[in-house]
Amino acid sequence: MKRVQYEHSIVPYLFIAPQIIIIAVFFIWPAGQAMHQSFLLEDAFGLSSQFVWFRNYEDMVWSEPWLQSAIFTVMFSALVTFLSLALALLLAVRANEVLRGARSYKTMLMWAYAVAPPVAGLMGNLMFNPLIGDLYKGLNWAGWDFNHNIDAFDATFVIVLISVWKQVSVNFIFFLSGLQAIPNSVMEAATLDCRSAEKRFWTITFPLLAPTTFFLLVINITYAFFETFGIIDTTTQGAPGGATNTLVYKVYADGFLGADLGGSSAQSVILMIMVLTLTVFQFRFIERRVHY
Amino acid sequence: MATLSLSDVNKRYDNGAHAVRGVDMEIADGEFIVFVGPSGCGKSTLLRMVAGLEAITEGEIAIDGRRINDVSPSECDVAMVFQNYALYPHMTVYRNMAYGLSNRKVPKTEIESIVRQAAATLRIEEFLDRKPHQLSGGQRQRVAMGRAIVRNPKVFLFDEPLSNLDAKLRVQMRIEIKRLQRSIGVTSIYVTHDQIEAMTLADRLAVISDGRIEQMGTPIELYETPATTFVASFIGSPAMNFLPARVADDGGSITLDEGPVLPIPAGALAAHAGRALTLGVRPEHLGEEGDDDPVASLEVELIEQLGADTLIYGRLAEGGEDLTVRLQGVRTLSPGDTLPIRAPWRHLHLFDAESGARISLG
Ligand SMILES: Nc1ncnc2c1ncn2[C@@H]1O[C@H](COP(=O)(O)OP(=O)(O)OP(=O)(O)O)[C@@H](O)[C@H]1O
Ligand SMILES: [Mg+2]
Repeated sequence: MKRVQYEHSIVPYLFIAPQIIIIAVFFIWPAGQAMHQSFLLEDAFGLSSQFVWFRNYEDMVWSEPWLQSAIFTVMFSALVTFLSLALALLLAVRANEVLRGARSYKTMLMWAYAVAPPVAGLMGNLMFNPLIGDLYKGLNWAGWDFNHNIDAFDATFVIVLISVWKQVSVNFIFFLSGLQAIPNSVMEAATLDCRSAEKRFWTITFPLLAPTTFFLLVINITYAFFETFGIIDTTTQGAPGGATNTLVYKVYADGFLGADLGGSSAQSVILMIMVLTLTVFQFRFIERRVHY
Repeated sequence: MATLSLSDVNKRYDNGAHAVRGVDMEIADGEFIVFVGPSGCGKSTLLRMVAGLEAITEGEIAIDGRRINDVSPSECDVAMVFQNYALYPHMTVYRNMAYGLSNRKVPKTEIESIVRQAAATLRIEEFLDRKPHQLSGGQRQRVAMGRAIVRNPKVFLFDEPLSNLDAKLRVQMRIEIKRLQRSIGVTSIYVTHDQIEAMTLADRLAVISDGRIEQMGTPIELYETPATTFVASFIGSPAMNFLPARVADDGGSITLDEGPVLPIPAGALAAHAGRALTLGVRPEHLGEEGDDDPVASLEVELIEQLGADTLIYGRLAEGGEDLTVRLQGVRTLSPGDTLPIRAPWRHLHLFDAESGARISLG
């Protein structure tokens, strides 16, 4: 049997070279550095370092702050992901009922998407400012003894609120396009088959949105893990007492502010492994079930 | 089993489109009604109003005497087969068919037997575990029908269910739909713009134009006595020939504009002397060889051999009007030949030149 042979040429490699170089310079090389760093212990002045095997990892995993941060990150991510997905879905379903085809509303509804996380954080900061923040005053006026600078729950409330607000619009747009991609006639057939609108939603609409939901789940978990950095950095900065430290923020805080490069690198390596595991899990076990 | 009645039904969409204008209709139990008409005439809108999918702006629709204007679609007990099938893509064929029943709290074992029986009737048993995307168009079409029949509805609605199928499958499914409807005897409304489908399926046919019923009757009634030029041109293929004409002042003949004079039976048009007409003759009646004398001759321009029939396109030697003639069997003619034309009185249709309404000769 004769197989088609293409002439070996260097051209295709040239085409992908820019991408490869970018990945190598900005991802693989730093990742390698981080991994290398994570096995080193530096002296207090950063003049010499010593190879210490897994000591950084041991120190980290058994340290109270890291565990606390890990638990906080998981809960924070779950909360942000769930709330922003649920809220967006609710809005999208409502919007879909009234705007079959009307595009101008859509743009209005998604403007928050264009706001960068640090900007969202700054806006939030302003609203929760004890002196001039309307929300701060409002909550206190309503009888909630609110102070996110000293109360861990209140601080969490602030960053969850801002993170969700920022993310809802993205999710909304995806859900809305997902809903509009469902053929009208399928929904009509369902109307003839099933009387309860709620049941129709759970048996027809929601399953048909599953691919969108899965995609958004991945995006949102990533967002909650990594991109909320900007929001935290501009609002609580991990305060009070590290109660709002996500793992990513802690890497930054320990490495850049605390100058513990080895420990911070070890944390980022662990984070990398966690994300990798999560991604593999999502694609292996969930994705297979959502595509029809 | 149900009767259906529409009285003075109107539909105005929010954008102002007046899609259905004052439709009245009585449909008997078990009748197969077909709506035909050109694209955009309001067929689907009317059907969807019966299904409860579209609000009724004015008028009333009743099933078995019960007004359904404000009844939710799932309660008026109609089933619909959609043009694009509208199967639930995430469910297996079995679940697609069972969905409506389980929502009506039919016991599981009963659902199982109903679905299996319907699947057997439609010959889709082997696909019950497949998802819709693993089926061919014809198979999906059957599933869509299965989903409709398991519910044992009072009324079946079809909106161009065969238009996505190839010609051969279409003929086959058409026959199956007819057989199925006969065997279960459900009152049905079928929308199409394919006039062969319309003629073959219908007990009665409603020709719709611009939101109004132009004429309603059996296929043969519509073929033989079309009420307007619109119906006449819509029913029958190839379409009827229309020629501008005038009744002679003495009422004794019909003169085609700058053309031949057609003799007519004495006194037949006495009351219409001098009236301007549109004369209609079907292609299949122009070449009939019989005792009538030829009244004109056709200059042949184009010939289509269909095997059983031959279609001849040409123009009248006298006057130059375009005409289509249909002759039975294979004919050896070539462009440039002339063909004698006969126009027997019994096959002439006379319409008012202005309104297009049929002139009935009592
Ligand atoms: N949702 C709608 N909003 C506004 N106008 C509509 C809507 N649906 C249909 N129309 C208008 O109503 C008229 C009738 O439409 P309908 O779909 O009933 O036509 P139809 O006879 O089924 O045509 P076709 O053979 O192309 O399916 C058309 O002029 C159409 O533009
Ligand atoms: Mg239509």
